[in-house]
Amino acid sequence: MAINPISIRKDFPILKRKIHNKQLVYLDSAASSEKPLIVIKTIEEFYKQHYANVHRGLHTLSDEATTLYEDARKRIAMFINADVKETIFVRNATEGINLVARSFVASRVKKGDVILLTEMEHHANIVPWHMLSQAKGVKLQFIPVTKEGILDLKKAETYLSKKPAFFSFTSISNVLGTINPAKELIKLAHKYHVPVLVDACQSVPHRTTDVKDLDCDFLVFSSHKMCGPSGIGILYGKKHHLESMTPFLGGGDMIKDVRYSGFTPNDLPWKFEAGTPNIEGAVGLGAAVDYLSKVGMNEIEEHIHTITSYALTHLKKIKKLVIYGPSNSKLRGGLISFNLGDIHSHDLTTILDEEGVAIRSGHHCAQPIVDKLNVPSVARMSFYLYTTKQDIDRAIKALHKAKRIFKL
Amino acid sequence: MNTEQLYQEVILDHYRRPKNFGTVEKANATFKDSNPSCGDIIEMTFLIDKQNIIQDIKFTGKGCAISTASASMLTQHLKGKPLNTLTSLTKQDLLDMLGVELSGIRMKCALLSLKVAKMAAYNYLGEQPHDDFE
Repeated sequence: MAINPISIRKDFPILKRKIHNKQLVYLDSAASSEKPLIVIKTIEEFYKQHYANVHRGLHTLSDEATTLYEDARKRIAMFINADVKETIFVRNATEGINLVARSFVASRVKKGDVILLTEMEHHANIVPWHMLSQAKGVKLQFIPVTKEGILDLKKAETYLSKKPAFFSFTSISNVLGTINPAKELIKLAHKYHVPVLVDACQSVPHRTTDVKDLDCDFLVFSSHKMCGPSGIGILYGKKHHLESMTPFLGGGDMIKDVRYSGFTPNDLPWKFEAGTPNIEGAVGLGAAVDYLSKVGMNEIEEHIHTITSYALTHLKKIKKLVIYGPSNSKLRGGLISFNLGDIHSHDLTTILDEEGVAIRSGHHCAQPIVDKLNVPSVARMSFYLYTTKQDIDRAIKALHKAKRIFKL
Repeated sequence: MNTEQLYQEVILDHYRRPKNFGTVEKANATFKDSNPSCGDIIEMTFLIDKQNIIQDIKFTGKGCAISTASASMLTQHLKGKPLNTLTSLTKQDLLDMLGVELSGIRMKCALLSLKVAKMAAYNYLGEQPHDDFE
């Protein structure tokens, strides 16, 4: 059944806010989503009733906190069809990618080996590899993006057939909105025995994710884009990979025993969770996953598709507005990047903000692909389960105001 | 100040037809900087004579209406003036020049050109920067 965003909106207290005396229209969920009351309440309740450190104390509160923390992990693992031992709490997707680059890839590469990426990656999936390149002398290769804004799959196969040491790609581009054929790419990579990481930040919040079906070696995502708190995310890794890896950070919780002469790492998943973790973050993400599951991931996906198609149709009617990425809405996730005439995206954002409409502008932490579009910056509106057609109408109206101010 | 007042004719004019856009040949002072949170980039080139007069000044880069208009007006203001006109210029002077009120994050757009110009001047003079650019 299609979801009713009007009733969904009641779950998000911030959506009642007024910005410049106008009802907030939040079209920046791809940067970070707003939070439902149940997530806020769960965190509040955790602090008020159950807070203590985890895995350390035998007292009641520590036991309760540990149970809540580990129980959240179980539900998050189930949400992506992973085993709990394969579900590692990290700070965010960025940390997950850095962890894999350092603890998995670094020890398996030699100078001249290739790390394969795509031209549409976020900085989080470029910079860790540049750093590996500086440390180990690996080369980065990028699968090109066609004029339509989709990956050149022929080139993907050509590059993969040369057996790069590792392949890392985004499931949905945060600039172009392109949905990449993740399963097909992973299958192709495995044909050539190339391990794969999926940056699933833009897809896990919006559609069902099944790591077993995808057969990816690693997958990362951040809680804050999926109704959860910031500062927590997940690294999924196949168990045999995680077992073969050296720990990323050292400290408490990631050890079995410590001697003056050395240490023994802990079992999975704690082997990669050094120090007191973001306990309330994990508990909050658990609540977010419950909330999303209750609404229904298929329903959310369908709603986002409806809104994206509606927005595309109406944006295309605005003269001098250029849309980036696939023109076919079936190939797009819930975001649309665009420019309006010669108005810089910052100026557009300022004018829309005055109308209560929050959009993102700039290079979206994906500078190379924005450079490739040959524009200094792009404006982006992005959608979620609480976005309504009225939100889009308000944004369109504000864009017409911008045209008027800039005399376009 | 609402956006209709912010994006007044003069700002739009400097944005669309910036003054002193380009690179000074035989420049003897130059500086480039960007605003990483938004991606604005400005590079300024100067020709400064022995009496520390700014004989020529130009800028290149990419940015929004505010940052481009700011660079355009600033270079227009500084051309032919002694370097200390630049080094003594304050944030408020620049905002007065632009004739706009800006808040928080958009203030950085306006101030990037001033930072770049001043850094070029300090480097040329061999002085340590003593401004707070944030």
